[in-house]
Amino acid sequence: MDNLRELYQEVILDHNKNPRNFRKMETPDGFAHGNNPLCGDQIDVYLRITDGMVEDISFDGNGCAICTSSASMMTQALKGMSEADAKALFTSFHHALTDKEEHPEDVPLGKLKVLTGVKDYPVRVKCATLAWHTFDAALKKLQGNISTE
Amino acid sequence: MNNTAQYDVVSIRNDFPILDRKIFGKPLVYLDNGASTQRPVQVINAVKDLYEHNYSNVHRGVHTLSQESTNLYDDARVAVRGFINAACVHEVIFTKGTTDAINLVAQSYARPRLKKGDEILITHMEHHSNIVPWQMVCEQTGAELKVVPISDKGELDMDRFAELLSEKTKLVSVVHVSNALGTVNPVKEIVDASHAIGVPVLVDGAQAVSHIPVDVQKLDADFYAFSGHKIYGPTGVGVLYGKEKLLNEMPPYQGGGDMILSVSFEKTEYNALPYKFEAGTPNIAGVVGLGAAINYVQKIGLGTIAAHEHGLLVYATSKLQEIDGLRIIGEADQKAGLISFVLDAVHPHDIGTMLDAEGVALRAGHHCAQPVMDRYKVPATARASFAMYNTFSEIDVLAAAIVKTIGMFS
Repeated sequence: MDNLRELYQEVILDHNKNPRNFRKMETPDGFAHGNNPLCGDQIDVYLRITDGMVEDISFDGNGCAICTSSASMMTQALKGMSEADAKALFTSFHHALTDKEEHPEDVPLGKLKVLTGVKDYPVRVKCATLAWHTFDAALKKLQGNISTE
Repeated sequence: MNNTAQYDVVSIRNDFPILDRKIFGKPLVYLDNGASTQRPVQVINAVKDLYEHNYSNVHRGVHTLSQESTNLYDDARVAVRGFINAACVHEVIFTKGTTDAINLVAQSYARPRLKKGDEILITHMEHHSNIVPWQMVCEQTGAELKVVPISDKGELDMDRFAELLSEKTKLVSVVHVSNALGTVNPVKEIVDASHAIGVPVLVDGAQAVSHIPVDVQKLDADFYAFSGHKIYGPTGVGVLYGKEKLLNEMPPYQGGGDMILSVSFEKTEYNALPYKFEAGTPNIAGVVGLGAAINYVQKIGLGTIAAHEHGLLVYATSKLQEIDGLRIIGEADQKAGLISFVLDAVHPHDIGTMLDAEGVALRAGHHCAQPVMDRYKVPATARASFAMYNTFSEIDVLAAAIVKTIGMFS
């Protein structure tokens, strides 16, 4: 079990126990519901966007330690970021978890790097990316709404 | 500790080559038998021998190999008949599995008969495969799906069952042993009550046949479905037992080869049972493997297996109950060998990964029974499910691994 320390690092266990920005947002600009039908993980992501910046982001729901901590760290990383930077971070994070090849254009992951241990547990990759896909869906819905107005 | 001393678990384990596997350097403790059991060498060899010596298509050729394959295929049907004590061999239909068997009954029995105002009665503890086929029939016919509730312990509310069973009910479909809770349902009582008002009953036996002896005539079930891979046989093969009279009244489920007597563009004459429901070249090796699995189980004896697994269940229940922060989901008086549980501090998926690192394979998730998860307000559970080859010391490994997991997360 000790070999799992790489996967379940202290910081991950901490975010799991005390998830940051773990709350429902009453009137979000963007919202999406993420669901992993295979395991039943459910995540809601709420967004407030001002002038193309993620002014506030929060989540709630129910998931495993990898899912919860990834969502928690995502909200910390994205708060205050421009939409374009957020998208670039999502792409880079996704590459780091799923892709063997190097992507020179990828941006540094910073604190999110602790989650890249998931790469060695392919069935758990979806746990780590669920919140990000949900964020992406919320953003796309928001942009969709804007473009139709 | 071991109250079934005469039970030779060591020699049984020797028949299952995969049990020698090491996972992360630790001996495999395989407790995911509810999802799929492992296969003994007798099953592996039956399939291998077929392919190496006897294989050809069945019910087709006049040549030796076709005849030999046909004989082996037919022998398996005879084995299944004996195993569940069907009245005759042609009441045994080979399917892809339990899901396929239930869909067959849904589309071939229920769909042509049901109309608006009719009801199908199931229970809250069904696997998705005994929910969705009926929802599809309801959409197709306008019939309505009714659900018998379950108690906090995980037992059917038989009073509500009696109330929900009415002249509107056209079919009752109930799981014999719950895959998510382990509950053994009073299916005989359900069959008798349903028959008293002329309602046929399908029993989903996917989790039952490898754990408790089943006699379809004594049970008087109209349909009984199970899968090969949950009873030490191959995947992709299963059985639908149906009473001859009902099966004869039903139209074919699928059209194709083997299910016809004669075909012209004007009219096709369907074949007799069981072939009417076995369109196309069947899963020959799967059926032969299933026959070998049933012979293997019968050689050891289901009564003996059930006693051993009950011992494991009792021991595991007491070991797990000792663990702080562990809650068992499903505490019916009558349970087969599985324990669903949750931990206060650790999500089931994390339990699954942590235990895997200790060599323990168990299932984490909703077990294709989301209504059950909703009922107990849990997103998922971890489930340890036992088979004939599990040992008491493996339960000790499980319990120790759970304690270690809690330690790491606290």
